Amino acid sequence: MKALLRQKGVINRALLGDRRRPGILSSLLYFILLGGIGFLFLYPVLYMGVQSIMTPADITDPGIEWIPTAIYSGNYSKAFATLDFQKAFVNSLYLSVTPALLTTISSGFIGYGLARFRFPGKQRWLVLLVATFFIPSQVTMIPRFMMFSRYQIINTPWTQFLPAAFGQGIKSALFVLIFMQFFSSYPTALDEAAAIDGAGRMGVFFRIAVPMARPAIVISVLFSFVWYWNETTQASLFFGTQIKTLPMRLGSFADSYNTIYGSSANAANAANALNEAISMAGTFLSIMPLLLLYFVLQRQFVESIERSGITGE
Amino acid sequence: MRRVSLSVTSRESITGYLFFLPWIIGFIVFTVYPVLYSVYISLHEIQISGDGTIRATWKGLLYYYEAMQVDTVFSAYLYDALLHIACATPVIVVVALVIALFLSKRYPLRTFFRGVFFLPVIIMSGPVISDLLGKYSLGLTDESPLLFSFMSSLPPFLQNPVFFVLDNLVLILWFSGVQILLFIAGLNKIGPELYEAASIDGASAWESFWKITMPHLKPFALLSAVYSIMEVANYANLDVNGKIQSHLHEIGRPYSFSSAMSWIYFLAVLILLGFAFLILGGAKRKGDAK
Repeated sequence: MKALLRQKGVINRALLGDRRRPGILSSLLYFILLGGIGFLFLYPVLYMGVQSIMTPADITDPGIEWIPTAIYSGNYSKAFATLDFQKAFVNSLYLSVTPALLTTISSGFIGYGLARFRFPGKQRWLVLLVATFFIPSQVTMIPRFMMFSRYQIINTPWTQFLPAAFGQGIKSALFVLIFMQFFSSYPTALDEAAAIDGAGRMGVFFRIAVPMARPAIVISVLFSFVWYWNETTQASLFFGTQIKTLPMRLGSFADSYNTIYGSSANAANAANALNEAISMAGTFLSIMPLLLLYFVLQRQFVESIERSGITGE
Repeated sequence: MRRVSLSVTSRESITGYLFFLPWIIGFIVFTVYPVLYSVYISLHEIQISGDGTIRATWKGLLYYYEAMQVDTVFSAYLYDALLHIACATPVIVVVALVIALFLSKRYPLRTFFRGVFFLPVIIMSGPVISDLLGKYSLGLTDESPLLFSFMSSLPPFLQNPVFFVLDNLVLILWFSGVQILLFIAGLNKIGPELYEAASIDGASAWESFWKITMPHLKPFALLSAVYSIMEVANYANLDVNGKIQSHLHEIGRPYSFSSAMSWIYFLAVLILLGFAFLILGGAKRKGDAK
């Protein structure tokens, strides 16, 4: 009887698992659920990848859904030209890296001030800082546009750089809070020791605080970079008529395609007509830089939020 | 002696302010002034003459009235946006919680799955979404007649939200990347000794989930709900956002009408945020913990 019970316990544990190891049943459930949801997540991306290499004949063939008859790169060369890829890529890079660095530098200084010094009214400033996170860009966008027009920096990158340099860029409040968290997490004795050794305020900041906050710097640069890269609403209003980034080019893909290759309304151009495959190739090209970045730095992105300390205390 | 210590503290606050100063300047120039000015222009008619001088004429709530009563589509777009936010947020929070619960356990391929679920955060921009998600919908309700007849039997006030969620499932899921990580961070903060103690006291896994895990995650649920609402509300492809931008340079009422609409939208979103705080805020657990 006892042996039977023990055997039952062993089977139970194998199926359902215990604290140390997941069992077979729960593992199965895990893979089915996560695999299913994961597939839903990736479905649009996979679909895009497959569509983008199809020949025009494959796309119209209802029998072919997932497996193309041949790998066709013509879509990519057309999409490359339509996006004006090289130029748009350089624009995107310049208009994402610079604000990302500016946001990081300004958030670092601001976060340091909040974390390491006591000054009157600090709590109230902190409340205001958090409040800025809730103010949507739609509300500030129009007056900012008018202000930038008045100072004649509309249609220049400064419209994006200046707010970033003063801690008002995309989700800047978040990065200030992350820096604050990092700067307040190491003992003041370190600062004092450096000060006794003759370091000034700036010396302490650059030699002690900045190296301590390296993870925060990584988070801030990466996330601002991605958010600035993907931002189109403000960007197209502030400089969209002069400078086109990759996502903006993608937004007007159909129009630019028709100006280059002729409209599909014209029967002579039927062979060149814009089809799903070409626009999918365009989409793929426009997200490719980010995808590459993500493949290389996936760890930094995914683990960052846990390490950021933004989640509480 | 006293004088020295006083000067040390005041020197400290001066240095603190110096580090903080960029934010104060930016806050006043790029946030406070625009917010106040936005209220001002939403209440005035703005005329810009050739040399760039701006003349404002008081119009009261005229543009707010026009937005809600005269404009044929704004109120419909507003309703759609709010429905979108109100339906998507609970789904995002619950899905993110479930995924986080799975991902926090030590299963194989955990890092891979995390990478998959976070991917949308990296590539999500307005044009990409309209290209990837706009062209196909999951079409669950079209393909399965059984599901359709089940849905039709639901009371009418439930039908809209349920149809909406099913039709936009992938889009909604794509917004949950950051929230999943928030929940994982929250789960990692619960000490294992709590579960040990509960299991010694005879609690089942189910019980300790509801009595330990859920209460601890409540602040994180609030955080993800707030984050979701802000993300979805700012999502560039919502008609209401396009509408606000399209009237920016409108002849006759430049800036003003757009500003009025953006304020109406912002206040409506604030009400939704208020609901989130009411539902998930609850007793101030965070204060107790300190």
